[in-house]
Order: sequence, then structure tokens, then C-alpha cells
Amino acid sequence: MQQFEFSDISRMLTPIFARHDVDASRLLQVLLEVQDACHFIPSEAIDQIAAHFDVPRVNVEGVAGFYSFLSTRPVGEYRILFSDNITDQMLGKDELMLYLCNKLWVEPGKVSEDGLVSVASTSCTGLCDQGPAALVNGWPLTNLDRNRLDLIAELIRSRKPVADWPPMLFEVADNIRRSDVLLGQPFEPGAAMRATLARGAKETLAEVDKSNLRGRGGAGFKTASKWSFCHAAIVEEEGSMICDVGGHPERYIVCNADEGEPGTFKDRVLLNSYADLVFEGMTVGARVVGASKGFLYLRGEYRYLLKQLESVLQKRREAGLLGDAILGRADFSFDIEIHLGAGAYICGEESALIESLEGRRGRPRNRPPFPVTHGYKGRPTVVDNVETFACVAKIAERGGAWFAAMGTAQSTGTKLLSISGDCATPGIYEYPFGVTVRQILADCGAREPYAVQVSGPSGTLISWKEFDRRIAFEDLPTAGAFMVFQRKRDMFQTARNFVHFFAHESCGFCTPCRVGTELQKKIMDKIASGHGTASDLEEMKSLGHILKTMSHCGLGSSAANPVLDTLEKFPDVYVRKLKALAFEPAFDLDGALETARKMTGRDDDWAHL
Amino acid sequence: MSEQSDRGPLPIPLPPVGEGEVVSPAGDAKKIRIATCSLAGCFGCHMSLLDIDERLFGLIKLVEFDRTPLTDIKHCGPCDVGIVEGGVCNAENVHVLKEFRNTCKVLVAIGACAINGGVPAMRNNIDLWECFQEVYQYEGGLDGGQVPNDPELPLPFDKVHPIYEVVRVDYFLPGCPPSGDAIWKFLTDLLNGREPKLDYEMLHFD
Ligand SMILES: Cc1cc2nc3c(=O)[nH]c(=O)nc-3n(C[C@H](O)[C@H](O)[C@H](O)COP(=O)(O)O)c2cc1C
Ligand code: SF4
Ligand code: SF4
Repeated sequence: MQQFEFSDISRMLTPIFARHDVDASRLLQVLLEVQDACHFIPSEAIDQIAAHFDVPRVNVEGVAGFYSFLSTRPVGEYRILFSDNITDQMLGKDELMLYLCNKLWVEPGKVSEDGLVSVASTSCTGLCDQGPAALVNGWPLTNLDRNRLDLIAELIRSRKPVADWPPMLFEVADNIRRSDVLLGQPFEPGAAMRATLARGAKETLAEVDKSNLRGRGGAGFKTASKWSFCHAAIVEEEGSMICDVGGHPERYIVCNADEGEPGTFKDRVLLNSYADLVFEGMTVGARVVGASKGFLYLRGEYRYLLKQLESVLQKRREAGLLGDAILGRADFSFDIEIHLGAGAYICGEESALIESLEGRRGRPRNRPPFPVTHGYKGRPTVVDNVETFACVAKIAERGGAWFAAMGTAQSTGTKLLSISGDCATPGIYEYPFGVTVRQILADCGAREPYAVQVSGPSGTLISWKEFDRRIAFEDLPTAGAFMVFQRKRDMFQTARNFVHFFAHESCGFCTPCRVGTELQKKIMDKIASGHGTASDLEEMKSLGHILKTMSHCGLGSSAANPVLDTLEKFPDVYVRKLKALAFEPAFDLDGALETARKMTGRDDDWAHL
Repeated sequence: MSEQSDRGPLPIPLPPVGEGEVVSPAGDAKKIRIATCSLAGCFGCHMSLLDIDERLFGLIKLVEFDRTPLTDIKHCGPCDVGIVEGGVCNAENVHVLKEFRNTCKVLVAIGACAINGGVPAMRNNIDLWECFQEVYQYEGGLDGGQVPNDPELPLPFDKVHPIYEVVRVDYFLPGCPPSGDAIWKFLTDLLNGREPKLDYEMLHFD
């Protein structure tokens, strides 16, 4: 292991500390910088960070151990993480990863002997429309093929800094294929704010209410209700009226840009090309609930967007759309800070996100109390999805009735879908709610579609028999993912990929999910290796029931969906793989004795099973 | 390898009785045969079985013990119930466990070790080879030490496994160990032909 002198470490830490307040909520951000500087978090740094923030060492270690982009052991100077979503796998990820490993003389999951490079897998990076994708030291590599990997291997061997690699490797396209009111109509920064200020805060909340906007992050909670709960919490506390005074320092607006659900990448596009719309929606929210501080929680995978987002914020400050006295109103100040995540799907869950914002492990809180009453630092906090805020800006500008006229009764407006998998034109499609799956499949040029995973692994799998169903909260609710599978795809492998994802991303706090997701994974692997029996299927059904009913948060309660859906809709894919026997051991009994046989040199009858 | 999978009912359906009592079968009807064993466990679960105290007297009117550490019978005959403590850590455990599965109509995993691997499974994070080198070769005072290789010694697995990964298990009785009361409730339910069910008070651990 690399050795660091104490003085080296403090020399490295001093400028990092200088960039951050001495507030434990900065802990995760500091650790990210240390990881960058050293390619891991040295034990000595943990001591000094703990001392700096005056927190116990175990808190710092706990955080460093929780996030998958942080590591307490050295990773390669060049750390390559291949996106492991099923869509990347369908595009040949496994084979390409081995190809690169062979070129670089490194085993998957290990660091090369000279410490130069490590290659491993990571959960979906949100580039499914231009996969297979990977991250090199946090920077996205798209459209990988053997040619590109040859080039990358060469760049690494010649130790070229990632900043000097050819930009073409890092090109991320928006791939907007169908646009409607959100993506297709021009937006002038400040328009929604002016309308809000002219109309008044209470009246703007009434417009959001009239629009019937529901959260785009998955759960579909009515946005106006959430905001008025936040408002009610403040009124209860202070006995004051909403927004009569300007921004209050102790209520918060948080934009959830964690976008961890495999197959979802619409927030990436909104942040890349429509950031003004999103920030403006947050500012409208701030005016309505009376917040003076906002956070954008940006998933670590989208760190490449950080710089340009910062500059959008800066431009808005200069234009008087953020900061003190917004648009000249002395009673209205609001600013936005960007917090980076570090590779943890669970941090998309709103209370885990807040824990992470506060610099801790992303562990979901007990709810209630909900974040609207007890959120960031125990204060009323509104957490909404990126797309939700974009919709809010449009509603503030054009009115609730205009918005409510689109879509269906329970699902107004439009929805961004991130389409990937077996289709001719993967990318972003904006549709009014109510569109049929069949229509979408035709538009994206799906070839012989057989099944669609709607809203990612935690969503719903539908078979070709259900293609007349509609995207809407009344029928098929979705956070945006839409992965298309052809007939030739093995739906068992799809489910197995998702099951591995959940086992990897379970935060480990509650037993039903920590153990349940791991058991699911074991059974799916057992079936994949040809040792599955009918009793394993029964076992997975009862496990599914436990996960659904006993888990602490939404991750655990949806972790069985891929298995239960495939068992219901494609039972054949399991049955074909089962042994005819009623029971098979879960592992290779004789093989598990091999180490001991080598160790003892024994080969007698009792040394075999 | 295949396992017997038919799970027949217990031979004598006992008349249902109030909780905690066991009613003798009429006359000299055949007694229920129970076998128990401890694999990779600490015998704590067996101690807990003895903790049903004087209720043991009522129990042995109804049951006969086959292979158990209490009787010192070496191999199981056909049994109605097999109770297994401890996980599977070596080859011999597998032979014993399979014997139980093949001879017992109902197989019960008792205690955290049998159900999850428990305390012995804490070694699963340590590489077996490194572990044995540390113990038999590197430890001070062991000059020229070697890993014991007598064929009489059971060969250890890379990892400790819960028993359900090796054979089909019918019931799980959790606890470390389950209390005497929980074991009693479980057995009386089983003997009385009821589906065993433990209340929360008998299951929670803290
Ligand atoms: C495991 C898990 C992951 C989640 N990930 C996200 C996410 O990446 N982005 C998001 O907006 N909401 C995510 N959510 C939903 C949030 O908890 C929350 O409901 C949402 O941000 C609220 O915003 P909305 O009302 O605008 O939808 C996730 C929920 C769970 C349980
Ligand atoms: S359900 Fe899973 S992710 Fe959620 S708290 Fe429990 S262990 Fe963590
Ligand atoms: S479950 Fe507890 S009491 Fe029973 S064998 Fe294991 S360690 Fe001992």
C-alpha cells in the first residue's frame, strides 16, 4: 500500500480544508477531493479530517466506507469503472471489459501491480443511450468499442493525464428525439421568476395546485400538496403567513439529481441543456415556501457537469436571478449550492439524500416526520426531482390551467422518457401523459419488441401482451426509464442483473433488505449456474413478500419486483433453467473443499463429497 | 445429488390441546421419534432444549430420542423429527446433515448458526488458507508446524454455510439460542399437529 508521510497529508489537506467550511456537512465533499488527490482515502487523512471537523474517527471511516466512489484502499491512478446496467451488458460490456483488462494486464476488480490502473464495474452511469459506457477517474466514456479501448489502453500506458485525452472519447450527446412543451419551447431565463413575483407567492402555489403537477421522481406525489405541507410546518412553528417576509434562512429547497435508477438519464439532459429552467423552478419554489437556500444534489456520475452548472449559477447571480435581492426585491434572496454524491443509489431516496447532504452515510431516516417538516438540519425542506422543477418553471410562466390541459385526468403535462435497449433511436422522448407503450415503441424504432422495463428495476416489467397500456399514474407510473427488450433477450438475465444491482445498492441498515437482496442474488446465481430447483422459485416468492412488506424504505420494498414480475410474466425462462430435482445444494460441495485439500495434501475418500 | 422431498404428516395426529400441554396418545401408540445433532454450533441450542426443565418428563412420555448427543446413538434410524443445531463447516457436517434429511420426515434448523451460519460464519471474511497458515505455521513456537492432514479429521469448507444451502429444511426456529419456552412451544405445536407458530415475544432478540 502506498505510504504517505504525515506532513504530505497535511500539505494536501490544507488547501482542501480551506475550500470548505468547518461544518461536518462538508465531510463528503472533502473526502471526494482527497480521493481525487490520492486515489484513495489514506488512514492518516481520516485521522486529520476527524480532528479538523471534531467528529469521531469512526464517523469519517463510516462515510468513506459507504460510498462506492470512495475507497480506503488504493485504486489505480487511472480508475476505470464500466457501467453495469443491463443495456450496457446487451451492448457487450462484459466482453469489452475483459478485452481492456487483457490489454492492460489487470484483473477485473483489482489494481495493476504498478498501481497504474484498476478496472471494475459500477452501477448504471446514466448513459444507456450511448453505451457501453464507463467512467475514467469520474469522466464519462461513451460508445465504447474495441477501437476506443485500444486507444484508451495506449493513453493509459503512456500515462497521459485524463485532461489531455482526445475530447471525442468524452462526448455525451443529448439525443433528444421528441420534444414537447418542456424541451421544445424556448425559455427565457427570468420569465418564470417575473411572473411569480408579479402574481404573488400564494397565487403561484395556487397555480401549481391548479396544474395538478405530480412529482416526476417516481412516487408521483402532488407537488402543490408537498409545498403546502412545508408551508404549514412553518406556519405552525411561527404563526406567520407564508412568504409575507422574504427568504427565511432555515427552510430549504433541494433538487434531487441523483438519478440512480438504472435506465434513467433524462435529468442528465435537463441539467446539460436546460439548467436555467431547473434552477428557475427551484427559485420559484423558494419564493413559494420562503426558502433562502437551495441545494442541487448531483450524482457523482454527473460530476462532469459540475463546472458548467456552476457557471450557469454564476450567470444567474449576475443577472439578478439568484443571490440577494432577486430581481430587485429586497425581501427575496435565495442561492443554490451544488453537492456531489459519490456513487450510492440509495441517496436518491429523499431522506437518505438529506443525510448525505449533511455529510453522513446515506441511510434513509424514519418517516414520519417527513422532510417537509423535518428535513435538512431538522428544518422544513422540499425535495423534488429535476424534471419536477422544470415543470414548475413552465407552470409559473404559463399558468396551471395551460399545464393541466395536457395529459390525462390524474397525470397532467408531459413526461420525459429515457429510452434505451433494443431500438433504433435510443434517447430522450417527451410525450404528453397517456401515450401507449405501442406508440412509443413504434416511434423509437423498436425491433421485434418483446418486453419493456418501465421505470427501471424498481418499476414494472411488461410483456408484449400489454403494449396497449399507457404511461400515466393511472396505469403505468414511471420515473422515466424505458428499456426495450427483443425476443432473443433472456429475460432471466435481465432480472438477474437487476437483482445484483439491488444487492449492491442496499444500504444495509435493515435486515429484510440487507439479507433479503443478498439471498435473492444467491438464488438467481444458483439458477443461472444450472442448479436451481422448483423449491428455489417458491423461496424467492416468499422472500419477495418479506422484502415488500418488511423493508425500511422503497429500495427494499421494490427490490423483488424484477423477480416477481418475470416469474409472473415469463415463467418459462426460469422453468427452462431448473433441474428436475426437488432440491439442489446452493454451492458446489466438493469444490468448496478444494482449498482444504490443497492445504493438507489430502485426496482420500473423506476429502471428497 | 437428490434428496428425499416427500414430507409426510406426522404418524399420530394428536388431539389438539391447550397451549403448553401435551396429551399422551391413547394406549401404547407408537411414540414420535426425534433425532438431534450439533454441527458447527456451540451446543447452546441443545442446552436450551434441556432448559424446558421438568417439561422434559411430559415430553419423553410422547417421544423417543433417536440419534442425539443425549443418547449417544451414532446413526439415525427412521425418525419423525430431526433437529439440527449449527451450520455446515466441514465435510463431515454434510454427511451427518444428509443422514438427517434422509431419515427424518421433518427437518428443523434450530438457532442462528443453523439458519444463517451464525458465529462460526464470522470466519467467512478470512481466507481459509491464510487462516490455517496463521494458526498452524506462523504462530510463535510452531517451528516447522504444518496443517494437520490426518484423514480422520473432517476437511473444512472455504466458508461456513447455513444448512438450508445443503439440504431442504422444513422449519426454522430462530434465536441464539431460542429460549426453552420457544423450543417447547415449537415442539408442542408440532406434536399436536399444529403449524408451529411463535409469538413476537418468543422471537425478538433484544
Ligand atoms: C431507493 C430510492 C431511490 C430514489 N431515487 C430517486 C432519484 O434518483 N431521483 C429522484 O428524483 N427521486 C428518487 N427517489 C424518490 C425520492 O425519494 C423522492 O420521492 C423524490 O425526489 C421526490 O420528488 P418529486 O416529488 O418531484 O418526485 C428515490 C426513491 C427511492 C426509495
Ligand atoms: S430497505 Fe434497504 S436501502 Fe432501505 S433502509 Fe433498508 S437496507 Fe437500506
Ligand atoms: S445459535 Fe447460538 S446457541 Fe445455538 S449453536 Fe449457534 S451460537 Fe450456539
